[in-house]
Order: sequence, then C-alpha cells, then structure tokens
Amino acid sequence: MGLNILKKVPNVNFIGYRKVAFLISAALLVLGIGSLVVKGGPSYGIDFAGGINVQLKFQNEIELPDLRDALETIGHEGMTVQRFGMEGDNEYLMRLVQSDIETDVLRQEIDAVLAEAMAEAGHEIQRVEMVGPKVGADLRQKALEAMFYAVLLIAIYISGRFEQRWWAAGIMAASLSGAMYLLGLIGIDTGFLTIIALLVALGLCWRLKLNYALGAVVALVHDVFITVGIFSLLNKEFDLTIVAALLTIIGYSLNDTIIVFDRIRENLRNRISKDFGEVINRSINQTLSRTVLTSGTTLLVVASLFIFGGGVIHDFALALLIGIGVGTYSSIFVASPILLVFQPQEEEPNAPAPAEA
Amino acid sequence: MSGNLRLRIGITLFVTFIGLLYVLPSFTAVRDSSLGRFLPDAKVNLGLDLQGGMHLTLGVDIDKAIENNMSQAGRDLRDIARDEGVFILRPTVTQDNTLQFVLPKADARETLEKILAEDFEHFQVESRSTLDDGQIRYALSMTPAYKKYLADLTLDQAVKTIRNRIDQFGVAEPDIRKQREDYRIQVQLPGLAEQERAIEILGRTAHLEFKMVNEEADIEKARQGILPPGSELSTMLNRNPDGSYTETPIVLERDAVLTGEYITNASTSFDSYNQPYVMITFNSRGARLFERLTSEHVKERMAIVLDGKVYSAPVIQERISGGRASITGSFTMEEAHDLAIVLRAGALPAPVNILQERSVGPSLGQESIDQGINAALIGGVIVIIFMVVYYGFAGVVADTVLALNIFLVMAGLAGFGATLTLPGIAGIILTLGMAVDANVLIYERIREELRNGLTPRAAVDMGYSRATLTILDANVTTIIAAIILYQFGTGPIRGFAVTLTLGILASMFTAIFVSRIFFDLWVAKRPAKAGLSI
Repeated sequence: MGLNILKKVPNVNFIGYRKVAFLISAALLVLGIGSLVVKGGPSYGIDFAGGINVQLKFQNEIELPDLRDALETIGHEGMTVQRFGMEGDNEYLMRLVQSDIETDVLRQEIDAVLAEAMAEAGHEIQRVEMVGPKVGADLRQKALEAMFYAVLLIAIYISGRFEQRWWAAGIMAASLSGAMYLLGLIGIDTGFLTIIALLVALGLCWRLKLNYALGAVVALVHDVFITVGIFSLLNKEFDLTIVAALLTIIGYSLNDTIIVFDRIRENLRNRISKDFGEVINRSINQTLSRTVLTSGTTLLVVASLFIFGGGVIHDFALALLIGIGVGTYSSIFVASPILLVFQPQEEEPNAPAPAEA
Repeated sequence: MSGNLRLRIGITLFVTFIGLLYVLPSFTAVRDSSLGRFLPDAKVNLGLDLQGGMHLTLGVDIDKAIENNMSQAGRDLRDIARDEGVFILRPTVTQDNTLQFVLPKADARETLEKILAEDFEHFQVESRSTLDDGQIRYALSMTPAYKKYLADLTLDQAVKTIRNRIDQFGVAEPDIRKQREDYRIQVQLPGLAEQERAIEILGRTAHLEFKMVNEEADIEKARQGILPPGSELSTMLNRNPDGSYTETPIVLERDAVLTGEYITNASTSFDSYNQPYVMITFNSRGARLFERLTSEHVKERMAIVLDGKVYSAPVIQERISGGRASITGSFTMEEAHDLAIVLRAGALPAPVNILQERSVGPSLGQESIDQGINAALIGGVIVIIFMVVYYGFAGVVADTVLALNIFLVMAGLAGFGATLTLPGIAGIILTLGMAVDANVLIYERIREELRNGLTPRAAVDMGYSRATLTILDANVTTIIAAIILYQFGTGPIRGFAVTLTLGILASMFTAIFVSRIFFDLWVAKRPAKAGLSI
C-alpha cells in the first residue's frame, strides 16, 4: 500500500461554505477589476501595445541609475529601464513606447553610448523585440477572439456531453456568432465585444437551462478575471505568453470542474441521495484526494518553472501558479454551488441517461 | 496471457518503435551515422528563443505599389496617345487614388476613349468634366479586380525578392511565409548573428535609377522650392573617412533615363585606389539603352540613385558599350557587398516596412534552453519520486508511462517538424502535470473501489472504466483550448498549442491504454486475495 493523504473519503460540507466562498471570490474580483479600472485597463506589454524591448546583459555588476543615465542620453522619449530576471544575472530590460525607430539604428546608438559611458561593464544586446502599433492591435484582437471562441466551444461541448442538449448548444452558438458579427459590423471595440459576448453567453446558458455549462463557464471566467486582476495588482505586463497561460488556465480549470461534474452526474444516476446539495457535497469529497494530488503535482512543476525557468518564462509561470490555484478553488467553491443555485427544476436524476461508460 | 492482452502489448511496442524512428534523427550523432539514412528526415526544430536568430514581420506597402502602377499607366497613356496624335496634359495620381489628366482638344475625345477601351481595360472612367475653355478633365480609377490582382502580384514578387536576398545573404534554414490576407511577410532567420545587416538588406527597396543632373539649376533657388520644370531636388551622399555621410543637395531631371529592371548581375570589385565599387551588368535591352544614353550625354553628369538617394554622379566620358557599368560611391567593403546583393536580387515592387521584429542573440538562447531543461528536470524528478512514494508499485507504472509519454511527445514534435520554443517546453511540463492527473484519477478510483471491498481485479476493471470517461471529457476540453490557441496564435504560442495537443493525446494513450497492460499482467499473476501496491 502506498501512502494516503486522506485515509477515508472525507465529509466536508463544501456547499455549506458557499456563501463564504462567494464573498472571497467577490472580494478578489472587486479588488482585481478595481485595480484594472483605476489603471485604465491591463498594462499591455509590447506585444499588444507596440513598442521596443531591448534586453541587455552585462559581464560585471552595474548600477541601475548609471545605466538609466547612459541610455537617456540617446534621447528617446518614454523610455524605461528595469532589472530583468534573477538577482546577479546582470540583465536589464530597456523599453521604448515608440516603435517607429529603426532597430538597427537603435542598436548602434546603444552600443555607442554604453561603450563610452560604461566601458568596463562589458555589455551585450541579447534580445531586441519591436512590435509596430498595427501589429499590436491585431494581436490584441486575435487574443480576445481566441479567448471568446475557446469559451464558446467549451460551453457547447459541455452542454452536449452532460445534458445531451446539442441543439440548445447549437442555438446558443448560432445566436452568439450572429450577435458578434452584427456588433462587429457596427465597429465596436473587440474588448467590449468580447465582454458583451461573454455576458450574452452566460445569459443564454441560464435561459436555456444549460446549467453545467453555466457553472463551468462562470468558474473559468472567474479564474481568468482573478488572474488578470492579480496581474494588474502586481503591476505585471500582459503579453502573448500570458494569453497562452490564460488559455491553459481555462483548460485546467475546466479539467477540474468537469471531473467534479462527472462525479455528480454519476452519483445522480446512482441516486445516492435525494438532496441535490448532498449529492454535490459527496461528489466533491469523493474526488477531493485526486484534486489535491493533481493540483499539488502540477503546482510543483509550475513552481519549479517559476523558480528555475529563467527570466523569459518567469511571468508565464507566475500566471500559471495563480491560475491553477484559483482554478482548483473555483471548481469546488464556485462551479458546483452554481449548479445548486440554478438547480434544474423539472429535471431529476432520471433525466435522459448520458452515454454509458 | 490472453490474446487481447498480447495484441495490446503489440500495439504499444509498435507505437514505441515508430516513436523511436522519429526521435532518433533529432540526435546529430545518430543522423550522421550510417543508421541515419534509414530514418525519416524529421527532427525537432528549435525556436528562435532557444537557438537565437531573428523573426520579422514585414508589411508590403500595397498602396504605394498601386500608386506606382497608376503613375506608370499615366506615362504609358501619354506615350500611346501621342503616337495616335492625341495630346494629354499632366497625368497625375491624386490622393484618392485616381489618375487624372486633361485633354485639351475636345475633338480628340473619340480617339482617346478608343485607346482607353483597348489598352487600358483595367481602368474605368470615374468622371469626365468639361472645363470652361473646352478642355476635358478625366479621372480614371483602377477596377477592384485589377487592384486585387496587382496587390497579390506585388506580394508574390516581394516574397520572391526577399527570398533571393536571404539566399544570397546565406542563412541556413530561412522560413519565409506570406500572409495573403493582410499582405504581410513572415521571415524567420534562425541562428542569425548579424541582425543589423539583415534588416538593412531586407528592408531596402533597392529601386535603382539613372537620372541626368541638371547643371543649369540654381541650388539656392532649388532649396527655396524654385525648380526648373521637370526637375527635382535630391541629396547626394558623400562618405567621410569616419564612416558618417555628408549630404549635398543636387538637382536632377525628374524622369529616370534608365532603371534597375534591366540588371542581370551585380558584383563587387576594387578600383586602382583599392576602393570597393559595385559592378553591374545589364541585359541586352538594358545594354542597348545604356549605350545610346551614354552616347547622347557625353560630358554630362549622370546620377546613380538608389531608393531616392544619390550615391554618385560621375561625368560620362565616352559612349559605354558592352552593357557594364559601375556604381562608385566611396563604400565600405561590406556596404558594396550588400548593395550588390540587393541589386542582384532585384528591387522590391513596393516598399516594405518592418512591422514586428524579434531577435534573440545566440547566448541568450543557450541560457534559456539550459534553464528550461533544468526546470523541467527538477519538476519532473520531484513528481516521479512523489508518485513512487505515494503509490508504491503503481507509482512505478505511472512513472514508466510518463516517460513513454514525454518520449512520444518528442517524436510527435519531430514528426510534424514542429518548432520547440520556450513556451513549448512549458507545454511539455504542463503535459506532465496533466498526465499525472490521468494516472491519479485512475488510481484514486481503484483505491476507492478497493475500499468498497472489491477484489483487486474487479477494482482495476472498475477504476479504469469509470476514470476513462472522465479523462476523456476533461481532455477534450483542453484540446479545444489548444486548437483555438493554434488557430489564433502565432509563433511560440502555436508551438505551445501543438505541444499541449500532442501531450494530451499521448497521455490518454499511455495512461489509459498502456498502464492498463501493466496492471493486467500484474493482477493476472497474483492470487486473487493478495492486495495491490497502490
């Protein structure tokens, strides 16, 4: 026999904690969204905002103010210089807001200035990234579209798989795509469009009584917003790799939610209890050891990425750390209680049997 | 051993063998050995973030190409009409992309319209207005279909030219792709170290013109904007010994007497002062034109203009036959060489702008890969140890299939010729987490069934069948997210999506299919009452 974290199936009343959980979630959301509102939206990295990044590495220890002073003599407006990566790497990131500077000229300027002002530091330009404003806007739009379609497809899949209601899912997809298309014609900003679309999707889920989809989608929107909010609170920048991280979080959050939902469905079929809340509680408890183990091992791996993975991957790993943590929490405390709140009225355990295993 | 079990073992071995075929060529030692010839020509490419190099997004200025084409059409129309005895005035391309000109004699209208209909079928007459003095003003616009055709053609030509330039520049495995929908070109130059030069070479339009110098013009007046008709003010570059340039104003005839389209070859040479210069060779038509030109303009100065900048303006000493000319301009060796490259590869049909650039120095690439692999190893080892400690023998099984899983992901990446990037490594690490999840789901279920009093064999059966559906549901949703990522993502994000998808497919195969084999073998050999090490 191996080890057991939980000797027997625990019996925690998770559903009973739902009000506390809702308060915690609400507080995190308000804090995060509040920070976004105060700062006027997420602080976009150059992927989305456009601009130039230059990563510099020095052989010897240098002082940040010296570097800043030296680079300022080049005279580009809106320049920031910050430490990059770990302490002792001697790596710095120079960031320019404008992108209409020719990078080959910029390289020469930097080389000239640093060779003169900080000759003994031994600098090397490790990485140059330039994103023009047009490309930045395109990437931003594509990222939002990606998030939207991911959520939509997932909602359809869940409705189809869990409630055997592909037609309802189809109606939702068709009306949403139609609405997106019409609103797009008017020329609304993609950011607003996506938020509107998400709200409409949630509304449709509720209206069409696609409760599993509703629970899962609310949970993952919850996770994404909290991660984005915490990123904003920590003054971290948003770039393409963070979008990759967010989509991974969506995948992970769903993974977790579906495993609990699957158990709920199975227990409903086996009629382990008449009380829906009790069924949910039992299901969460039965899958709890798995949840703890999986989240634990995944978090271990991501943490090693965060600690040892190097500067380039640092923020990506941080987003995953936050997201997987929140995702695990939300599958227990957000997705399942929502199922209870929007409990199907007429639909009882003997509803159309889902596909047998 | 039952036949069914034997079949499953066979399938597993077969898949592993195929995986081996695709993984092996990624090791240089194997690829170069005699075994390498029998293996598929596949390997995992390293992304720019891992081996250094450059990624560029170039925007082709289609509007400029259309404008150029229109003004050329204007000149053609003037020439053709003149041959028919019709004179038109001031063909100009306006801001709103129409070609406007004035027909002074209204009675020539019929002839002109016939010419328009026959030779300029790609244009349509937007408006004709009769002016007070009886002249007719025409405004022509390009048909949308032709505009589209022209835009596509321009993109294709630009890609061809850029490919030529890169080939001559000498990059090992360049990847050049066109994005037809927004007229952009993606260029990947892995392992490239001379990034400044690459930008210089790729971005240059290389529109070469020969223009006569207007010696009579007054430079001072020209500076104030007073120019003789048909001439323009330009700047001539003179290179100083320290590498900087001095610009001097010069007045040129506006119309080029010859352009770079007739060039067949360009190379570098040294003159008697050991100064590098660029030698160009014209094709037969260009050679004839150049010969006639030089005979007509002896003792006059002819400016050599590249992308609007005058590089030199030598005096024509005598008629030059044989179709060879030289561009001198006090270049450095490197500049002369690069100029020869762009002239040989031809001019870009339209200017290109660098919309996006990502370049990584080779040292950072090595550092990143070391750190990435390091992090993956540390994370992986912790998980592997944990699984054995927590699940005993079942943990060993899980670790074995986990190793097979990663192996298959690598084989898949090689098979698709995918590019491994830093986010890709992150994808593999995440796959590890997900694969562990599949095993944990099954094992926890088996434990649960054992607690419920089932025999090991029944518990294993129940555990696998119950957990399979859950794993399927959970993984399908992740694959949906991965597909969307692939669809909308670019570069490294796509790499991540591919890795994630492969990882999930591999983890379903290994966790559900392969690990079951171990359990079936194990349970079959044990007495029914013995416990399971899980």
